[in-house]
Amino acid sequence: MSHLLEIDSLSVTFGGLHALKDLDFHVDEGEIVGVIGPNGAGKTTFFNMISGMVTPTSGDIRFEGESLVGFDPNQVTQRGIARTFQNVRLFANMTILENVMVSQHCRTKQGIWGSLLNTSGFRKEEQEIREHAEKVLGFFGSRLVGFRLEQPASVLSYANRRRLEIARAMATSPKLILLDEPVAGMNPKESVELTELIGKLRSEWGFTIVLIEHDMNVVRDVSDRVVCLDHGETLAQGSFEEVSNDPAVIEAYLGRPLEKKA
Amino acid sequence: MTLATETTGTKASNEVVRGAFDLDWRDLIRTGAILAAGLVFLSLTGMPEGLDSRVLIDPFLSLGYVSLFWLPLIVGWSVANEKVLEGMAATRKSARDVVAGGVVGAVGGAGLSLLIALISTFDIRDPLVNWNESTQAFLSFQQGTSFGIVACIALCAGLGAFGASLHLMPRKVRRAVVSALLAVVAVAIFESFLVDVADPLSFLYSKTGGLIPLWAVMVGVAALAFTLLGGGDRIGKARSNYQTLTGPAKAKQDTILIVLSVLALIIIPMITGKITQELLANVGIFLLLALGLNIVVGLAGILDLGYVAFFAVGGYTTAVLTSPNRGPDWPEWFPTMPWWGAFLVTLLMAGLVGLFIGAPVIRMRGDYLAIVTLGFGEIIRILFLSDWLNGYFNGAQGITNIPPADFGLFEVKGTDPRSVFYLVLVFAAISIYVSWRLERSRLGRAWMAVREDESVAEAMGINTVNVKLMAFVVGAVLASFAGSVFSAKVGSIFPTSFLILVSIIILVIVIVGGMGNIVGIIVGSVVLVGILGGPKQPGLLAEFSEYKLLIYGALLIWMMLQRPEGLVPNARRSRELHQDEFLQDAWLKGKVDDADENGNGAENGDVAPGLAGGAS
Amino acid sequence: MTTATRVKGAGRTNVDRFLTLLRVFLIGLIVIGLLAFIWQQIDPGNPFARWTHDGEAANRLTADQFQGLVVTGLSQGAMYGLIALGYSMVYGVLGFINFAHGEVFMVAAFTGFIMANKLDDAGYWEGGSFIPAVLFTVLICTLVATLTAVVMERVAYRPLRGSPRLIPLITSIGVSFFIQNAVILLFGPGAKSYPSNPDWLGEKRTFLQLEGTKILVIVVAAISMAGLWYFVERTKTGKAMRAVAEDKEIASLMGINVDRTIVTTFAVGGAMAGIAGILWGLLFRSVIATTGFLPGIKAFTAAVVGGVGNLGGAMAGGVSLGSAEALAPLVLLEPLGVDGVSQLRDAVAFTLLILVLLVKPTGLFGERLSSEDRA
Repeated sequence: MSHLLEIDSLSVTFGGLHALKDLDFHVDEGEIVGVIGPNGAGKTTFFNMISGMVTPTSGDIRFEGESLVGFDPNQVTQRGIARTFQNVRLFANMTILENVMVSQHCRTKQGIWGSLLNTSGFRKEEQEIREHAEKVLGFFGSRLVGFRLEQPASVLSYANRRRLEIARAMATSPKLILLDEPVAGMNPKESVELTELIGKLRSEWGFTIVLIEHDMNVVRDVSDRVVCLDHGETLAQGSFEEVSNDPAVIEAYLGRPLEKKA
Repeated sequence: MTLATETTGTKASNEVVRGAFDLDWRDLIRTGAILAAGLVFLSLTGMPEGLDSRVLIDPFLSLGYVSLFWLPLIVGWSVANEKVLEGMAATRKSARDVVAGGVVGAVGGAGLSLLIALISTFDIRDPLVNWNESTQAFLSFQQGTSFGIVACIALCAGLGAFGASLHLMPRKVRRAVVSALLAVVAVAIFESFLVDVADPLSFLYSKTGGLIPLWAVMVGVAALAFTLLGGGDRIGKARSNYQTLTGPAKAKQDTILIVLSVLALIIIPMITGKITQELLANVGIFLLLALGLNIVVGLAGILDLGYVAFFAVGGYTTAVLTSPNRGPDWPEWFPTMPWWGAFLVTLLMAGLVGLFIGAPVIRMRGDYLAIVTLGFGEIIRILFLSDWLNGYFNGAQGITNIPPADFGLFEVKGTDPRSVFYLVLVFAAISIYVSWRLERSRLGRAWMAVREDESVAEAMGINTVNVKLMAFVVGAVLASFAGSVFSAKVGSIFPTSFLILVSIIILVIVIVGGMGNIVGIIVGSVVLVGILGGPKQPGLLAEFSEYKLLIYGALLIWMMLQRPEGLVPNARRSRELHQDEFLQDAWLKGKVDDADENGNGAENGDVAPGLAGGAS
Repeated sequence: MTTATRVKGAGRTNVDRFLTLLRVFLIGLIVIGLLAFIWQQIDPGNPFARWTHDGEAANRLTADQFQGLVVTGLSQGAMYGLIALGYSMVYGVLGFINFAHGEVFMVAAFTGFIMANKLDDAGYWEGGSFIPAVLFTVLICTLVATLTAVVMERVAYRPLRGSPRLIPLITSIGVSFFIQNAVILLFGPGAKSYPSNPDWLGEKRTFLQLEGTKILVIVVAAISMAGLWYFVERTKTGKAMRAVAEDKEIASLMGINVDRTIVTTFAVGGAMAGIAGILWGLLFRSVIATTGFLPGIKAFTAAVVGGVGNLGGAMAGGVSLGSAEALAPLVLLEPLGVDGVSQLRDAVAFTLLILVLLVKPTGLFGERLSSEDRA
């Protein structure tokens, strides 16, 4: 059976620097895959490449059997891959509701004429967009709904911004969500809660998830499989236990043990 | 100074009392020097002297003196307008402020006095055209140099002190005084307009122009009384009431307001003379252009400096399709049609040109895009002007004899500005409707997202290229409305009507009014084109025509520095521009939602509602 | 990433197809125009020339004419290059287009006009005292231009640092407008004429028979460029400028006074525009308040053509633009049968800008920008 997302010997170089080297990777439908690795390992570049923001130098990315190389980010999202950003990038001056409504753009189709003539199709679609948005926001409990709907995203706390980013990604109705450090900057209680929610994203909403995370508790709790990257290469792959006990991984994180240094 | 702040900073009154001469003298002198430079600059531009012939209050005050001596008044006011930081002690307003204002004014006035003295001693008229006796005489109030030297210092000091002393008055008195002053100046300035609208009002004015002093006083007293009796408060209250309305109640109020303003707009041209009708028609044409540019700049955040290109395309397409005088090289079969037919073709053409110009520039960085669109604007004008296409567009001679727009029942033509105005009104209504609907649609949201962060918008599945192109096309079509009406109105069309200057002025209208805000755009076009005038069209203050471009430039700089959100701000837009301050304020008021750091979420709902309205 | 080149044909949209078409069209136009020109030089009566010129033979361009065009192009290009340096430096450091930079140039040309006339009245603008008089004028022009640029930065741009990207650009449009109209009001509308240059300057000289004024322009531009290169690459201030261009925050942490460095950038850019202004005056001997507008835009074009932030590129871009503008009407358009080609010079310049941005958005010699400005 073919994989949902399949990546073949993907490489990218920035001015002679290998950000990613011959990377092979795959995700099956319904999986949650954790991507770990020290800073500068190429994790975010990896996401940028899947989502079309960076064009690979060589290699291939296939999603549901279709190659994504050369697509614009919007075309990638259209095909069912959504993402969040490591340094939360909301539309800060749009309301929370609008943030989520706008990301349904590629799933809706009413154009100028519909809105000018205020056709029934237009009104129906607006209604659906709004309902879907509220449903998605409701996933995070009462935090992002109610009076918050009409507030600008810029007034949200850091944790809520992260949640809103996830909501925005969910609203694009993707098959695969790429989460870039979803719990960074959250306190332990919040990250435990978000970990549960990530589980629910799969069980209740049916999303396949790839997440980059530094918090190993989160990675352990949600991932079916863990991939460790370093210097743009796959260092280890497998269950969390296997990867976390892999000597190469430990070395990449902690450095070479002292006595082995020649 | 810092000592005083530290010792009394936390006192209950939170205000420091300081002696009348406890001032930061260096700062005052510096501000005074800047004021002096400003006054000398203004005098040398020749504006005050040129406007001297326009009498405001017969025989005491001319527009020339107002246009010069508003400066010390405002600077005096702002010198005393100390910025109070949260948590810091403010200084109690006292005689000290008046002294400060007076000193700054005196220094500024000394600059003028120096100018008067220098004009008599040196002759540098060769480069500086206004370095002459008449400037000197104007500055000396026609009373001789020595009188002028003393008078300038005294007057500026007095005005500075007066400006500063406004702070000392109780709020109500201050507002009354200011509104009385403004009322007198406004009634005097808009003499021709007021008489044109309501002829009986001419009793206010003397035969040679200008308010009769007695009536000037009466107008002032009336405004004073109105404000003191709470007229202003009542208006303010009604406004804030209106702003808090939501849902159906607001919709009802909106409908009433819109119906009233439309009625007013239909009736006004019926009772006014040709000059005012002409003015309204011009305002309307620029309003159409500004509404279109607002979609491109205000909503989608694309700075298009070549917007005049679409205006030109609209004008020329209509001209070519209707005029018998179009160039000789058009093929035989090329049709000539009535205006409305040409108008429909024009829309199509403008849309196509929008696509054609938009496509190559749409992927560029914002600032490159600005320059390249400016280039396109020039290219189009150069092509219309060139010998190469002379056979089609007649080059500099332009296309003449464009017939009026014939609608069967009535004709729209330049000699009847009222008909032009009504046609423009219809189009403005359409444009406003289009802007209003689109802003609240899927496309409008996508435009906003692109404006906020283009690459994230792209990652959220928005085809930014298509969406931006759409903005370009909609903007182009709206501009072609204006072009089409323009050619029917003027009856002839020349490349010089489409200079880059036009683009810039439309941009100023959009910015001064408030980007992304339809009401703001309307206010902007009325204030700028109506009062100051368009690139070639005179405004209410026809006297300003020589100086209006300077004022446009100064206004643009000042708006960007002080009030980038425009006169009528769009709440969203001003948040964007004042984000730091806004967040700071929100933090200080405890309104930013950090309440749920402890996991309670929005249960702490009491802290946040109403915040969205708090940014302005 | 919006300008990312595509590896494969996947995901091509209609806009992409249109752009490819446009590129092919523009480049095709150049190639066909060039071929037609060459053919016409070999045989003015060739069928293609007859077809494009309504059945008549085309005019062959003589070597003298051609050389004249090249020299005109070079000297104008040198001036564009000098102005472009200011755009390029400010864009490199602050990341915005100082639209009003052209006005700095105009102010310098105006100052030059005033100085030259005063010196001429005093009898210094001729004979042996001409050279010192010109040097003195250059000095004053440079000072005034520098001052204008610095005041501009202080009043209009410094308060806006850190605001959304388009805000300073819009402000600079206002500044440009303001200065232009202030000059009109202060000094009166209409063109101002420089006094005539001494005869020996206008003579054609050296083995190539070049006009003295044009040689002067090219030489002065080259010297200024060399001086600037030394300043930016070899001095401490220059190093600070490059550091600030790369990252303002880090630079300030390294003990660099960012404000002062930015002022220096404006000052140096202004000085270059000042030199260009007086050269313009010597070359065309006429200046009006709108003199700064078109050369300003074209200089920006030159900066983009050469690669923004790249000083050598700015100069090279200026020279390419100047030559293209001088040559293209007669070499590309005339052989294609376009009438009145000299009117289309400005259109050629803007088309070149569009073409460069379509084909190589980073400029011919690569841009040097900090990462935030590239976004």
